[in-house]
This record gives sequence, structure tokens and C-alpha cells, in this order.
Amino acid sequence: MSSTPDLNNLAFRAALGRGLVSRRAAMLGFAGLGVAALSACGSEGRGGNAGTGDGSAAPAATQEDLSDSEKVVNWSNWPEYIDVDDDGERPSLVAFTAATGITVNYTEDYNDNDEFYAKVRPLLEAGEDTGRDTWCSTDWMVARLIRQGYLQELNYDNIPNADNLVDSLKDVEFDSGRKFSLPWQSGFAGIAWNPASTGGKAIESIDQLLNDPALKGRVTLLTEMRDTVGLVLLDLGKDITSFTAEDFDEAIAVIQDAKDRGQLLGFTGNDYTQSLASGDIAACIAWTGDVVQLQYDNPDLGYALPEKGCTLWSDNWVIPAMAKHKKNAELLINHYFDPAVMAEAAAWINYIPPVKGTDEALMEIDPEIAGNELILPSDEVLSRAHVFRGLTDQEETDFTAKFQAIVVG
Amino acid sequence: MANMAVAVGGTEAPPPRRAGRNWVPYALLVPGLLFLAFFYAAPMVTLGSQSLQEGNVYDGYILTGNVGIYPETLSEYWPHLFRSLGYAASATFFGLILAYPLAYYMAQKAGRWKNIMLILVIAPFFTSFLIRTLAWRIILSDGGVVSDVVQASGFDHVLNFMGLTQGDTLLNSKFAVIAGLTYNFLPFMILPLFAALDRLDPRLMEAARDLYASGWQTFRRVIWPLSLPGVVAGTLLTFIPAAGDYINSRLLGNTQTVMIGQVIDSLFLRVLDFPKAAALSFILLVMIVALVGFYVRKAGTEELV
Repeated sequence: MSSTPDLNNLAFRAALGRGLVSRRAAMLGFAGLGVAALSACGSEGRGGNAGTGDGSAAPAATQEDLSDSEKVVNWSNWPEYIDVDDDGERPSLVAFTAATGITVNYTEDYNDNDEFYAKVRPLLEAGEDTGRDTWCSTDWMVARLIRQGYLQELNYDNIPNADNLVDSLKDVEFDSGRKFSLPWQSGFAGIAWNPASTGGKAIESIDQLLNDPALKGRVTLLTEMRDTVGLVLLDLGKDITSFTAEDFDEAIAVIQDAKDRGQLLGFTGNDYTQSLASGDIAACIAWTGDVVQLQYDNPDLGYALPEKGCTLWSDNWVIPAMAKHKKNAELLINHYFDPAVMAEAAAWINYIPPVKGTDEALMEIDPEIAGNELILPSDEVLSRAHVFRGLTDQEETDFTAKFQAIVVG
Repeated sequence: MANMAVAVGGTEAPPPRRAGRNWVPYALLVPGLLFLAFFYAAPMVTLGSQSLQEGNVYDGYILTGNVGIYPETLSEYWPHLFRSLGYAASATFFGLILAYPLAYYMAQKAGRWKNIMLILVIAPFFTSFLIRTLAWRIILSDGGVVSDVVQASGFDHVLNFMGLTQGDTLLNSKFAVIAGLTYNFLPFMILPLFAALDRLDPRLMEAARDLYASGWQTFRRVIWPLSLPGVVAGTLLTFIPAAGDYINSRLLGNTQTVMIGQVIDSLFLRVLDFPKAAALSFILLVMIVALVGFYVRKAGTEELV
């Protein structure tokens, strides 16, 4: 899961303007209300070096771990990203509390990577507790948080089940050795279409999606840059694990061209689902889990992972600086790395579980889901999936600006 | 004799004024002033400062007095600015046309239904702005009643001709964005108009009739001038928020209908280019203040509600 417009949080957005400068500066602004204040403004930032690697910034601030005295853990996660039974309980969390006596404050306030970052960054920058012990960020956001020294190293003594992590995700570019993060769920971005609106035609390549006149004005792409540009790069025959700035510009030009021709309806977060189901969108770039969900109601919906390759992303558990219940958070992560528990969650979530043995456990719970290639992909499918490479600070700034210039152009 | 005593008392010198009693109004002003200072003046200063800084979110920002960012931002985003002001003006215009007869009827003709109608006007506010806008996606979607009626009546050709829609879909078009804006801000237009028209003395209209004024002349020379304060207030309350709105264009529009609010949102949250976002916010603010200032001068503010 990568992006949803956080529409619940308008007040926060409106207030953003005043949160952009450090508190010290704001106070001075109030006191001086003038030129003196102007010159004192500015925020310090938290520069890591330009690398994409392994936590080269200053180590994260910590405070005393209250895990043993306070039996709680605060977990922020994306909406509809955990198992829920008919009574509104979350069985896998109930089981965790029963086993450990630790209460989980589960909050669904992670709607969008960028927005969540905007929400916690001022606190992290000021060295304050974010009120959260763990959350699940997408790969590139984890990379950014590591770069800026906002994450604490995981203590694997508390997470023995981490051995169950699938091999392909054991060593990732942005967090070598998985010092700071462990995956919660993974997924692909591919192409979805509604046959009622495409005239029964299957849309199986990005080239077709962006050029087929039959789809004119009824195509959406994702606001998530790494998925949209990643798929276009793959379609152009580039390697998204090692592309250059020129390759990126080439992909941007392709998208700009499609937009100028009126091929695109717009750029969306998760909100494409309803329009795709109703046929207002004929075809779009979509995430696997969403489509699996939609297919329960409308089995005709098509989904393709392009031959030329698709993007693979993960959302990862991280423990932020100044978290009060680090050990409890680690125990929680450990809980979900038990294949039986992960299978229970995965049966509901419909994304790809990163825990070995989940397939066998799922086979017992729900054989139908276990047979779905989008949830338990075969090796052939996995070989087509690639992870967008990590970006330096400078690249991230430049690329995002170029991409956003199309999104809101 | 009690009366006498009072009278006598009245002729004596008034009791000395309690010293310093004039501080009370000022004390009452303090919370408001503090609020303004904290939540208006201070953010303005920091936003202004932010727009003149250079750097990035990772390494921090330094105030460099980079005034050049203003012309740069303006030249990059002027189409969005003008589009936003255009949409807001259209929504205000259509809102006025829809609201005026309604407000007049409510104020002058509705009788005992007046309060119920007022409640009906306000009722949508009990639902979230977002939900109401999302509902328009369903209202305008293909195969819906509205879409069918528009096509059956041939009105879709008119919309196409005016460039408000493309092809046979109503959703994700200029038309949808302007319709959404008009709808969402309609109560802000109706209520001030209602307040102004409610105070209108029916005897003035009777007098106009007695003096052989036609219906049109009565409206032109009596009703309209007397309702002007409501018109000015209503148009301002509609135009200003509509110009900065980014929900309607995001949910109902397409890639060609992006409004300035969306651009600012994207610069702040995604590109993390805070100086440019701050500069753009300021440009929007100045443009709206200038437009509104000009308008209020023209229209007069003597009796603003």
C-alpha cells in the first residue's frame, strides 16, 4: 500500500503552514512580529550524507524503555491493513494481548507516506516522542527515515521469529542487514482494467495503457512516483534498480506526452478503486491488494503484471526515535513473524505476506486465497518484480519535483 | 416623598467615576488579540520568512532574502492561479443566480415555512464537506440520472461546445468542478442574502406598485439596491474560500482542472519545497485581497451585514 489522499486530515493540512518553521522561530515570530523574527527563522534539518545507505546520520535519540512497567504498545498503520472479524475485533491483536499481556493501541492514521512524514517530522526533528512506538512505512520512506537518523535499531533478541523472513527481503538496499526495519506486507503495482469500459479488451502493457485511443481520457496513474515512473521505466526497457537521471527524464516525457494527448483522467491514491469498479476509469495502474478486494465483488475486473516487469514494494515496521515501548513493539513484530499469525492476517489483507511458512498455514485457513498468484506469487511472477532503487536526497528532491509538475501541471 | 428624595438626589454632583474603569473593554479584547497574534500574525510572519529561505528539508533552511522566488513562482503557476480565480468567479456567479430567488422566497413568501427552509439550507453542514463532494461523484457518474437527463436533452452538446466537458461524461471535467464548488458554497451565499432580504420592508414594494412600477422596476430600483449588502457579503463568502479550494478539483476534476490549492498542497507535502509553497500561498493571498479590495470599493460597504 502506498498512497491515499489523507482527506480526513484537512485541519492538519490547513495548519501545516505554521508548523513548517521550528517552534523557536515561531515564538520569536510572535515576540518580534518583525524583521528580527524574520532573520531568526529557519529550521535546522537533519542532514544525513547524500548516500542512500545505512544510517550514516547521527544515531536516533532514545529514552528509557518503559516496556516492562507499561504493558502497552502504540502502533500506527494504514487503513484496512489488518484482520478484522465480524465483531470489529482484530483477532491477531487479541491473540497477542492474550499471550503477552500487552495492550495494543492500534491507530489507522497512516494514510499516505508524505503526509505521515509531514506529521511526525517536526517532532522527530525536535527530538520529541511522536507518541508512537512503531509504524509501517514504505521502503523509500524507511530509507529517508534511516538517512535522517530518526529510527532505532531493532533488538533481534526480542524478535527470534525474524528468521522466518523470506530470503528475497532479507537484505535490502536501503537497510542492509535489516538493522532498522522488517517488512509487514508487500505488494505489486500492475495494470487493472474494467472490461465493461474497455470493450472487453485486456490492457496488459504500459505502452497500451498510455497509447490505446480506446482508453482516451479514462486512464489513471498513481500519485506514488515510484510505482508510476517505475512501471514506465520498465516498459522502456530500463532497469529500475540502477536507472540514471536521463532514464528518469525519458519516462517523465512519456507520461507528459500521454497527459498532453488527453489520455489521462488523473493521478490517484487508493481512491481509484470505486471509479474502476463503476467503470468511470477504464484502466489504471493499481495495487494488487486493492484489486483482489475488488474482484470479490466484480470477478470480471482484469489485472495484469506487465511482461516487461512490475514494481514490488513493502511496507516495513520501524521503531522511531524516542519511542517509549521499544521492547513491546519488538515483541509485537515477533508475534506477526509467526507464520500462523501472519496467515490469519494475510487472509484478510490480500497483500503478499513476507513470512516463510505462511503459504502452508494459509492453505489450511483459506485454500482459495492460497491459490491466488497475487497473494502468494509464483517464482515466475516474482522474477518479473523489481524494487525501485534508493534515491539520494538531491535525486529525491529533483525527481519528486519533476513528477509532481506533471501531477498538478 | 420618595419621589422628591430622588429628585433632590439627582441634582447633586454625580458620584466620582471609578478610576480606571475603561480598562474593561481592553481586557475583553485581549483574548481576541492574543488569538490573532498567535494564529494569524505569527504564522504570516513565519510563512513570509519561509518563502524567502533557501535550502532543503534535509539540511535545513537558511534565510537568504531570495525575493526572486516570487516572479519565478508566478511565471510557473500563473495558469493555475487564473484558473482558480476563474472557477471561483463562475461558482460565485452561479451561486448568486441560484441563491437569490431562493433567499427572496424564503424571506418574503415562505411564511411559517421560513424556519424549516432555513434549517434545510443549513442541514447539509451536518455532513462532512468531503462526503458531500464525494456524493457528487456518484450524482454525475456515467449512467446516473443526471447524466441521462443531460444527454437526453442535448445539453451535453452545449457543455461540450463551451469546453466544460469532453465527450459524453460529466464527471472529471470543468463542469463537475464548478458544479461542486457552486454546491458546496451555496449556503454561504443564501444566508447573507436571506438576512438582507428578510429585513426588506414589504411596504416599500407596495409603495413601488402604488407608484406604477412594474415588477422589473421594483426589483431593479427597490429590492436589488436594498439587498446589496447581502449580495456583497454572500459573494465574498463564496469567492474567497472557493478560490483556495482543492478538494473539488481533486475529486471531481481531471489533470487539466488543477487548482492552485492542489499545487500548494503538492509543494508542501510531496515535493517538500517549502519556500515555493509559501511564496505561492502569499501570491494567492495578495491576489485575493487585491480583487476583494477592488470589488468592495466598487460595491460599497456602508451596510455590510
